[in-house]
Amino acid sequence: MADTFERVKKIVIDRLDVEESKVTMEASFKDDLEADSLDVVELVMELEDEFDMEISDEEAEKIETVGDAVNYINSIQ
Amino acid sequence: MLHGKTALVTGASRGIGKAIALELARQGAKVAVNFAGNEEKAQEVVDEISELGSEAIKIKANVSQEADVKQMIKEVVGQFGTLDILVNNAGITKDNLLMRMKEEEFDEVIDINLKGVFLCTKGVTRQMMKQKSGRIINIASVVGVSGNPGQANYVAAKAGVIGLTKSTAKELASRNILVNAVAPGFIGTDMTEKLTEEQKDGMLDMIPLSKLGRGEDVAKVVRFLASEDANYITGQTIHVDGGMVM
Repeated sequence: MADTFERVKKIVIDRLDVEESKVTMEASFKDDLEADSLDVVELVMELEDEFDMEISDEEAEKIETVGDAVNYINSIQ
Repeated sequence: MLHGKTALVTGASRGIGKAIALELARQGAKVAVNFAGNEEKAQEVVDEISELGSEAIKIKANVSQEADVKQMIKEVVGQFGTLDILVNNAGITKDNLLMRMKEEEFDEVIDINLKGVFLCTKGVTRQMMKQKSGRIINIASVVGVSGNPGQANYVAAKAGVIGLTKSTAKELASRNILVNAVAPGFIGTDMTEKLTEEQKDGMLDMIPLSKLGRGEDVAKVVRFLASEDANYITGQTIHVDGGMVM
Protein backbone atom coordinates (compact mmCIF):
# COMPACT_ATOMS: atom_id res chain seq x y z
CA MET A 1 0.00 0.00 0.00
CA ALA A 2 1.42 3.29 -1.10
CA ASP A 3 -0.25 5.00 1.81
CA THR A 4 1.71 3.00 4.40
CA PHE A 5 4.94 3.75 2.58
CA GLU A 6 4.21 7.47 2.54
CA ARG A 7 3.44 7.52 6.27
CA VAL A 8 6.57 5.50 7.09
CA LYS A 9 8.62 7.72 4.82
CA LYS A 10 7.47 10.87 6.55
CA ILE A 11 8.48 9.50 9.95
CA VAL A 12 11.85 8.34 8.63
CA ILE A 13 12.58 11.74 7.14
CA ASP A 14 11.61 13.54 10.36
CA ARG A 15 13.42 11.17 12.66
CA LEU A 16 16.63 10.57 10.75
CA ASP A 17 16.84 13.94 9.05
CA VAL A 18 17.55 12.45 5.62
CA GLU A 19 16.66 13.55 2.09
CA GLU A 20 13.37 12.33 0.76
CA SER A 21 14.96 10.75 -2.33
CA LYS A 22 17.03 8.42 -0.14
CA VAL A 23 14.00 6.86 1.49
CA THR A 24 13.13 4.00 -0.84
CA MET A 25 11.61 0.61 -0.06
CA GLU A 26 15.08 -0.93 -0.42
CA ALA A 27 16.90 1.57 1.78
CA SER A 28 18.56 -0.01 4.81
CA PHE A 29 18.14 2.06 7.97
CA LYS A 30 21.66 1.43 9.17
CA ASP A 31 23.60 1.31 5.91
CA ASP A 32 21.79 3.78 3.68
CA LEU A 33 20.09 6.09 6.14
CA GLU A 34 22.86 6.21 8.72
CA ALA A 35 20.67 5.26 11.64
CA ASP A 36 22.31 3.80 14.74
CA SER A 37 20.64 0.98 16.65
CA LEU A 38 18.96 3.38 19.06
CA ASP A 39 17.55 5.36 16.12
CA VAL A 40 15.95 2.17 14.82
CA VAL A 41 14.41 1.45 18.24
CA GLU A 42 13.00 4.97 18.32
CA LEU A 43 11.73 4.66 14.78
CA VAL A 44 9.89 1.47 15.64
CA MET A 45 8.36 3.21 18.64
CA GLU A 46 7.09 6.01 16.44
CA LEU A 47 5.72 3.56 13.91
CA GLU A 48 3.86 1.84 16.73
CA ASP A 49 2.26 5.15 17.67
CA GLU A 50 1.54 6.17 14.09
CA PHE A 51 -0.11 2.88 13.20
CA ASP A 52 -1.53 2.21 16.66
CA MET A 53 0.02 -1.23 16.94
CA GLU A 54 2.57 -3.10 18.97
CA ILE A 55 5.67 -4.45 17.30
CA SER A 56 7.31 -7.15 19.42
CA ASP A 57 11.04 -7.04 20.05
CA GLU A 58 11.47 -10.18 17.94
CA GLU A 59 9.71 -8.60 14.98
CA ALA A 60 11.44 -5.27 15.48
CA GLU A 61 14.83 -6.95 15.21
CA LYS A 62 13.94 -8.22 11.74
CA ILE A 63 13.20 -4.75 10.43
CA GLU A 64 16.29 -3.65 8.52
CA THR A 65 14.94 -1.74 5.56
CA VAL A 66 12.12 0.73 4.98
CA GLY A 67 10.41 -2.02 2.98
CA ASP A 68 10.64 -4.44 5.93
CA ALA A 69 8.76 -1.94 8.06
CA VAL A 70 6.13 -1.21 5.41
CA ASN A 71 5.56 -4.89 4.68
CA TYR A 72 5.33 -5.79 8.34
CA ILE A 73 2.78 -3.04 9.01
CA ASN A 74 0.73 -4.07 5.96
CA SER A 75 0.78 -7.71 7.01
CA ILE A 76 -0.76 -6.80 10.37
CA GLN A 77 -3.36 -4.30 9.25
CA MET B 1 13.69 23.28 41.76
CA LEU B 2 11.60 20.46 40.30
CA HIS B 3 8.33 22.26 39.60
CA GLY B 4 6.44 20.73 36.68
CA LYS B 5 8.49 17.53 36.91
CA THR B 6 7.07 14.09 37.54
CA ALA B 7 8.79 11.27 39.37
CA LEU B 8 8.33 7.60 40.07
CA VAL B 9 10.05 6.27 43.18
CA THR B 10 10.02 2.50 43.67
CA GLY B 11 9.84 1.11 47.18
CA ALA B 12 8.71 4.49 48.46
CA SER B 13 6.48 3.49 51.36
CA ARG B 14 9.29 3.64 53.92
CA GLY B 15 12.97 4.12 54.58
CA ILE B 16 15.19 5.82 52.03
CA GLY B 17 12.51 5.60 49.32
CA LYS B 18 10.06 7.53 51.47
CA ALA B 19 12.66 10.20 52.21
CA ILE B 20 13.33 10.52 48.47
CA ALA B 21 9.64 10.76 47.58
CA LEU B 22 9.13 13.51 50.17
CA GLU B 23 12.23 15.43 49.12
CA LEU B 24 11.27 15.41 45.43
CA ALA B 25 7.76 16.53 46.38
CA ARG B 26 9.18 19.30 48.56
CA GLN B 27 10.96 20.58 45.45
CA GLY B 28 7.66 20.67 43.59
CA ALA B 29 7.66 17.35 41.72
CA LYS B 30 4.57 15.22 41.38
CA VAL B 31 5.42 11.81 42.77
CA ALA B 32 4.20 8.29 42.12
CA VAL B 33 4.79 6.25 45.25
CA ASN B 34 5.37 2.61 44.38
CA PHE B 35 4.96 -0.06 47.04
CA ALA B 36 4.90 -3.84 47.06
CA GLY B 37 3.14 -4.78 50.29
CA ASN B 38 2.34 -2.02 52.71
CA GLU B 39 -0.49 0.02 51.24
CA GLU B 40 -1.18 1.83 54.49
CA LYS B 41 2.39 3.15 54.69
CA ALA B 42 2.27 4.15 51.03
CA GLN B 43 -0.94 6.08 51.66
CA GLU B 44 0.76 7.90 54.54
CA VAL B 45 3.50 9.03 52.16
CA VAL B 46 0.87 10.18 49.64
CA ASP B 47 -0.90 12.13 52.39
CA GLU B 48 2.32 13.73 53.55
CA ILE B 49 3.05 14.82 50.00
CA SER B 50 -0.41 16.36 49.72
CA GLU B 51 0.29 18.29 52.91
CA LEU B 52 3.48 19.58 51.31
CA GLY B 53 1.26 20.99 48.57
CA SER B 54 2.29 18.63 45.81
CA GLU B 55 0.51 15.83 44.04
CA ALA B 56 1.04 12.10 44.61
CA ILE B 57 -0.43 8.74 43.71
CA LYS B 58 0.34 5.31 45.10
CA ILE B 59 0.85 2.30 42.86
CA LYS B 60 1.23 -1.30 43.93
CA ALA B 61 3.68 -3.25 41.80
CA ASN B 62 6.31 -5.93 42.23
CA VAL B 63 9.30 -4.51 40.36
CA SER B 64 10.60 -7.97 39.51
CA GLN B 65 7.49 -8.73 37.43
CA GLU B 66 7.51 -7.19 33.97
CA ALA B 67 3.71 -7.09 33.67
CA ASP B 68 3.45 -5.21 36.99
CA VAL B 69 6.12 -2.75 35.91
CA LYS B 70 4.49 -2.05 32.55
CA GLN B 71 1.14 -1.46 34.20
CA MET B 72 2.72 0.83 36.80
CA ILE B 73 4.44 3.01 34.21
CA LYS B 74 1.28 3.18 32.15
CA GLU B 75 -0.58 4.41 35.21
CA VAL B 76 2.02 7.04 36.04
CA VAL B 77 2.09 8.42 32.51
CA GLY B 78 -1.72 8.22 32.37
CA GLN B 79 -2.04 10.23 35.58
CA PHE B 80 0.78 12.71 35.19
CA GLY B 81 1.13 12.91 31.40
CA THR B 82 4.93 12.72 31.58
CA LEU B 83 7.62 10.86 33.47
CA ASP B 84 10.79 12.84 34.04
CA ILE B 85 12.49 11.12 36.94
CA LEU B 86 12.76 7.44 37.85
CA VAL B 87 14.30 6.50 41.16
CA ASN B 88 15.01 2.78 41.40
CA ASN B 89 15.03 2.33 45.12
CA ALA B 90 13.05 -0.84 45.86
CA GLY B 91 15.23 -3.40 47.56
CA ILE B 92 15.24 -6.26 50.02
CA THR B 93 17.85 -8.17 52.01
CA LYS B 94 18.09 -11.90 52.72
CA ASP B 95 21.40 -12.02 54.55
CA ASN B 96 23.18 -15.28 55.10
CA LEU B 97 26.66 -16.70 54.90
CA LEU B 98 27.42 -17.88 51.41
CA MET B 99 27.80 -21.43 52.69
CA ARG B 100 24.29 -21.35 54.10
CA MET B 101 22.62 -19.16 51.49
CA LYS B 102 19.76 -20.90 49.73
CA GLU B 103 19.30 -20.57 46.02
CA GLU B 104 15.93 -18.86 46.61
CA GLU B 105 17.56 -16.30 48.90
CA PHE B 106 20.03 -15.46 46.19
CA ASP B 107 17.43 -15.34 43.42
CA GLU B 108 14.89 -13.25 45.32
CA VAL B 109 17.40 -10.54 46.12
CA ILE B 110 18.74 -10.47 42.56
CA ASP B 111 15.20 -10.37 41.17
CA ILE B 112 14.05 -7.38 43.19
CA ASN B 113 17.30 -5.45 43.59
CA LEU B 114 18.84 -5.94 40.15
CA LYS B 115 16.27 -7.25 37.70
CA GLY B 116 13.77 -4.76 39.10
CA VAL B 117 16.08 -1.90 38.15
CA PHE B 118 16.46 -3.33 34.65
CA LEU B 119 12.71 -3.74 34.16
CA CYS B 120 11.80 -0.28 35.46
CA THR B 121 14.56 1.36 33.45
CA LYS B 122 13.50 -0.45 30.30
CA GLY B 123 9.91 0.47 31.02
CA VAL B 124 10.47 4.23 31.32
CA THR B 125 12.96 4.54 28.49
CA ARG B 126 10.27 4.73 25.84
CA GLN B 127 8.55 7.66 27.52
CA MET B 128 11.82 9.44 28.26
CA MET B 129 13.09 8.97 24.70
CA LYS B 130 9.90 10.55 23.42
CA GLN B 131 10.38 13.44 25.81
CA LYS B 132 14.02 13.61 24.77
CA SER B 133 14.98 14.01 28.39
CA GLY B 134 14.93 12.07 31.61
CA ARG B 135 16.76 11.23 34.78
CA ILE B 136 17.23 7.76 36.14
CA ILE B 137 18.70 7.46 39.60
CA ASN B 138 19.53 4.03 40.95
CA ILE B 139 19.98 3.42 44.63
CA ALA B 140 22.93 1.09 44.93
CA SER B 141 24.98 0.60 48.08
CA VAL B 142 28.61 1.09 49.06
CA VAL B 143 28.80 -2.63 49.84
CA GLY B 144 28.37 -3.13 46.08
CA VAL B 145 31.82 -1.56 45.84
CA SER B 146 33.47 -2.86 49.00
CA GLY B 147 31.82 -6.26 49.50
CA ASN B 148 30.31 -7.37 52.80
CA PRO B 149 30.35 -10.77 54.49
CA GLY B 150 26.91 -12.31 54.85
CA GLN B 151 25.50 -10.35 51.94
CA ALA B 152 26.77 -12.12 48.84
CA ASN B 153 23.37 -11.84 47.16
CA TYR B 154 22.78 -8.20 48.09
CA VAL B 155 26.31 -7.16 47.19
CA ALA B 156 26.16 -8.97 43.84
CA ALA B 157 22.89 -7.21 43.07
CA LYS B 158 24.18 -3.77 44.08
CA ALA B 159 27.45 -4.18 42.17
CA GLY B 160 25.22 -5.20 39.26
CA VAL B 161 23.20 -2.02 39.64
CA ILE B 162 26.38 0.06 39.40
CA GLY B 163 27.35 -1.71 36.16
CA LEU B 164 23.82 -1.39 34.81
CA THR B 165 23.93 2.33 35.60
CA LYS B 166 27.07 2.77 33.50
CA SER B 167 25.78 0.80 30.52
CA THR B 168 22.43 2.55 30.57
CA ALA B 169 24.14 5.93 30.86
CA LYS B 170 26.20 5.21 27.76
CA GLU B 171 23.25 3.89 25.76
CA LEU B 172 20.91 6.75 26.55
CA ALA B 173 23.25 9.75 26.75
CA SER B 174 22.55 10.71 23.14
CA ARG B 175 18.87 11.05 24.05
CA ASN B 176 19.56 13.35 26.97
CA ILE B 177 18.64 10.71 29.52
CA LEU B 178 21.09 10.86 32.41
CA VAL B 179 21.61 7.81 34.56
CA ASN B 180 23.43 7.83 37.87
CA ALA B 181 23.63 5.79 41.02
CA VAL B 182 23.68 6.82 44.64
CA ALA B 183 25.42 4.41 46.98
CA PRO B 184 24.31 4.87 50.57
CA GLY B 185 26.44 3.57 53.37
CA PHE B 186 24.99 2.85 56.77
CA ILE B 187 21.64 4.64 56.88
CA GLY B 188 19.26 4.27 59.81
CA THR B 189 16.20 2.48 58.34
CA ASP B 190 14.10 -0.63 58.94
CA MET B 191 16.65 -2.54 56.88
CA THR B 192 19.58 -1.62 59.09
CA GLU B 193 17.43 -2.16 62.21
CA LYS B 194 17.74 -5.86 61.49
CA LEU B 195 21.47 -5.78 62.17
CA THR B 196 22.74 -6.87 65.58
CA GLU B 197 24.29 -4.37 68.01
CA GLU B 198 27.63 -6.00 67.37
CA GLN B 199 27.30 -5.52 63.62
CA LYS B 200 26.24 -1.89 64.12
CA ASP B 201 29.20 -1.10 66.38
CA GLY B 202 31.50 -2.77 63.90
CA MET B 203 30.14 -0.61 61.12
CA LEU B 204 30.36 2.63 63.08
CA ASP B 205 34.05 1.93 63.58
CA MET B 206 34.47 1.93 59.81
CA ILE B 207 32.77 5.28 59.26
CA PRO B 208 35.11 8.29 59.43
CA LEU B 209 32.18 10.57 60.31
CA SER B 210 31.34 8.15 63.18
CA LYS B 211 27.58 8.27 62.77
CA LEU B 212 24.74 6.74 60.83
CA GLY B 213 23.39 8.54 57.82
CA ARG B 214 19.76 9.56 57.48
CA GLY B 215 17.37 8.92 54.64
CA GLU B 216 17.36 12.67 53.99
CA ASP B 217 21.11 12.62 53.36
CA VAL B 218 20.52 10.25 50.46
CA ALA B 219 17.37 12.04 49.32
CA LYS B 220 19.17 15.35 48.93
CA VAL B 221 21.75 13.85 46.60
CA VAL B 222 18.96 12.24 44.57
CA ARG B 223 17.25 15.62 44.39
CA PHE B 224 20.49 17.16 43.10
CA LEU B 225 20.95 14.46 40.47
CA ALA B 226 17.33 14.94 39.38
CA SER B 227 17.77 18.69 39.01
CA GLU B 228 19.10 20.94 36.26
CA ASP B 229 22.22 21.44 38.36
CA ALA B 230 23.36 17.92 37.43
CA ASN B 231 23.11 18.41 33.66
CA TYR B 232 26.66 17.26 33.00
CA ILE B 233 26.78 14.19 35.23
CA THR B 234 26.00 10.70 33.96
CA GLY B 235 27.15 7.16 34.66
CA GLN B 236 28.44 8.03 38.11
CA THR B 237 28.01 6.42 41.48
CA ILE B 238 27.96 8.91 44.33
CA HIS B 239 28.71 7.57 47.78
CA VAL B 240 26.65 8.93 50.65
CA ASP B 241 28.35 7.07 53.44
CA GLY B 242 30.21 9.34 55.83
CA GLY B 243 33.45 8.35 54.14
CA MET B 244 33.04 4.63 54.78
CA VAL B 245 34.18 3.50 51.34
CA MET B 246 36.66 5.62 49.40
